Amino acid sequence: MLLLDHLWIILALPLAGAAINGLFGKRWPQSAVNSAAVGSVSLAFLAAAETVREFCNLAPDQIPFVGNYFTWMVAGPFRVNFSLQVDQLTVVMLLTVTFVGMLIHIYSTGYMAHEGGYYRFFSYLNLFMFFMLTLVMAANLIVMFVGWEGVGLCSYLLIGFWFLKKSAADAGKKAFIVTRIGDLGFTVGILLVFAAFQSVDFGAIFKDVSQNPRSETLLTTICILLFTGAIGKSAQLPLYVWLPDAMEGPTPVSALIHAATMVTAGVYMVARMNPLFSRAPVAMLVVAIVGAVTAFYSATIGLVQTDIKKVLAYSTVSQLGYMFLACGVGAYAAGIFHLMTHAFFKGLLFLAAGSVIHAMGGEQDMFKIGGLAKKIPVTYWTMLIATLAIAGIPGFAGFFSKDEILEAAKSGPHANLALWLLGVAGAGLTSFYMFRLVFLTFFGKPRFDEHKVHVHESPKNMTVPLMILAFLSIFGGWFAAPKLIGGIDHFEKFLSPVFTAYAPQAAEAATASAESVASPGMALLSALTGIPVIVAVLGLLLAWWLYIKSPDTPKRMAQSLRGLYLLLLNKYYVDEIYAALIVRPLLWISTNVLWHVVDEGAIDGVVNGTARVARESGSQLRELQSGNERSYATWIVIGAVGFTVLLLVLLGGMR
Amino acid sequence: MSAIPISWYLVLSAVLFGLGVVAFVFKRNVITIFMSIELMLNAVNLAFVAFARARGALDGLVFVFFVIVVAAAEAAVGLAIVIMLAQHRESLNVERVNLLKL
Repeated sequence: MLLLDHLWIILALPLAGAAINGLFGKRWPQSAVNSAAVGSVSLAFLAAAETVREFCNLAPDQIPFVGNYFTWMVAGPFRVNFSLQVDQLTVVMLLTVTFVGMLIHIYSTGYMAHEGGYYRFFSYLNLFMFFMLTLVMAANLIVMFVGWEGVGLCSYLLIGFWFLKKSAADAGKKAFIVTRIGDLGFTVGILLVFAAFQSVDFGAIFKDVSQNPRSETLLTTICILLFTGAIGKSAQLPLYVWLPDAMEGPTPVSALIHAATMVTAGVYMVARMNPLFSRAPVAMLVVAIVGAVTAFYSATIGLVQTDIKKVLAYSTVSQLGYMFLACGVGAYAAGIFHLMTHAFFKGLLFLAAGSVIHAMGGEQDMFKIGGLAKKIPVTYWTMLIATLAIAGIPGFAGFFSKDEILEAAKSGPHANLALWLLGVAGAGLTSFYMFRLVFLTFFGKPRFDEHKVHVHESPKNMTVPLMILAFLSIFGGWFAAPKLIGGIDHFEKFLSPVFTAYAPQAAEAATASAESVASPGMALLSALTGIPVIVAVLGLLLAWWLYIKSPDTPKRMAQSLRGLYLLLLNKYYVDEIYAALIVRPLLWISTNVLWHVVDEGAIDGVVNGTARVARESGSQLRELQSGNERSYATWIVIGAVGFTVLLLVLLGGMR
Repeated sequence: MSAIPISWYLVLSAVLFGLGVVAFVFKRNVITIFMSIELMLNAVNLAFVAFARARGALDGLVFVFFVIVVAAAEAAVGLAIVIMLAQHRESLNVERVNLLKL
């Protein structure tokens, strides 16, 4: 039996895990909940791996491999099948999601061991895996949308996991509502795709668009609407505000959903829809600009944050910006590459941060930690590796992917120097704030009461996932390494069928010509000494100088640049601006117009009015029923006379 | 023998019925009300008989017999009630029989 013929098994496993834990987990001991949750996800990973093995044996003309399971809905020409597909892009996502997901499940068994609602947490986490896999395996936009909304739901449930805490419940609602704003655009985009192509199947749409050219305005509109959904889901400007707040959730959730997988769904979607985006240059430019500006903008906020998870949150927003920048300049493969390496190193960063928080007994303020390197060596070393990776230090995973993105922004087919500059500046800032985090957390003298806080290394089930991810943070990017010495980028080559099969002719030619530059030695040299690397090292040195060499300088700088410092510390006051411009007017209208006028006046008025009419007329008519037979007799007589007269009139009229 | 026209019977019947109705509505003495009911019944009987004779059919007469039987039964039950009423209330005024009213 080929597993490829039963793709639904990969989805069914985590769904079954979620159902089992959700229904029975409450009465079970933690070990039973663990085996259901981790077991189902591990099996899903094995199934995915087996699927990929079988996929590699397929002939090129069988790709993408589509599995049709049942007709979901039919309405006239609108027909949606529940169908899943596997192609190279899906393979990358599938392995990344299931593998990182599995590690984070294992980590959670340690991190959440002392929390209430243990079974509930794992039930949600498994449900998330189900929806995320639905999203990446979908063969049409509607099934993809199911996954898209499902991960949003799980994100909401898990951010508000500690729902008794008001800030957590609020953050969950914020995440849900803000992403919904983007989803409105996404929904309209899907409808427009159907209106334009009479289908929602990826295969049919891409074939159609490559054979029958559509007006560029139409394609641009569709792409921008779809991208709106990505902006919400992947936390880009101007809808990124929910992601930093989402850090209210448990740390493994931040790692899995708000760093490694769900937030990258937008990038995946844009890459998946590449045949449309490639034909809409304006939309591509929008994507690139939003990505580059977000990458730089949120990196600046990350510079001054004091909460260890908030720094990582802004860093995630920034890295997602890089992925969109890649897609926007046509380097989809580089974007997906960065998506994958980011899943490794950012997942690791969050898990390591969780390990720090665990060790500190819940402290998240970096200025109240310090000097942990000796005390929790595994966490320290893994986090250092992840930091080197995200900063883009040569040899680590992030270097290869980020370098490819910036390379494409500088000299690719849609190169744009301004965006490249933003990207490079962002890379410097990234390096700075990440090393600031490491130096503040692990170096210097402890800034906490060592007698009160019992610092301890995390248990094995937390440290082993850290080590595996650290390994991947180093070597996960080496697929692209041969390119530097004149070879080929294996990752890009693997993905190329997805991004070239339906690409417009001109773009294809451009990619081909871009590939045939640079001699081997020069490429290696220029990559190692390239501007992004120099900037990253400068960021590292600056962080070292400011937070280790002369730790008083940052305070003085904050004093002398007080305005700028406060602006950054308050995140450009964006939350306040949104509150003033949108939230409060909306609340005012809701309260004073919709609630007190429309609801209480009109709707309640109609309901209560109906009741009052019935009551009033009843109390009037009650008077007739006096219990006095003679009055009844009177009414009978009046009625009889009335009917007789009526009858006579009618009969008289007929005659 | 010149026959009396049917309309005369009907007019008499209607007049008797009307008197019965008026008496029923305005009188308070329970015996009088009882008598007014009998008056209405017999007014109707008169109409039935008149029609039966005019049309030469028997069904009207059959109705009349039924009405007389029912009226007799009713009188038996009704007068029993009247006697009990008189014993308990020492009055025949229907206005004062109002225990079941709200």
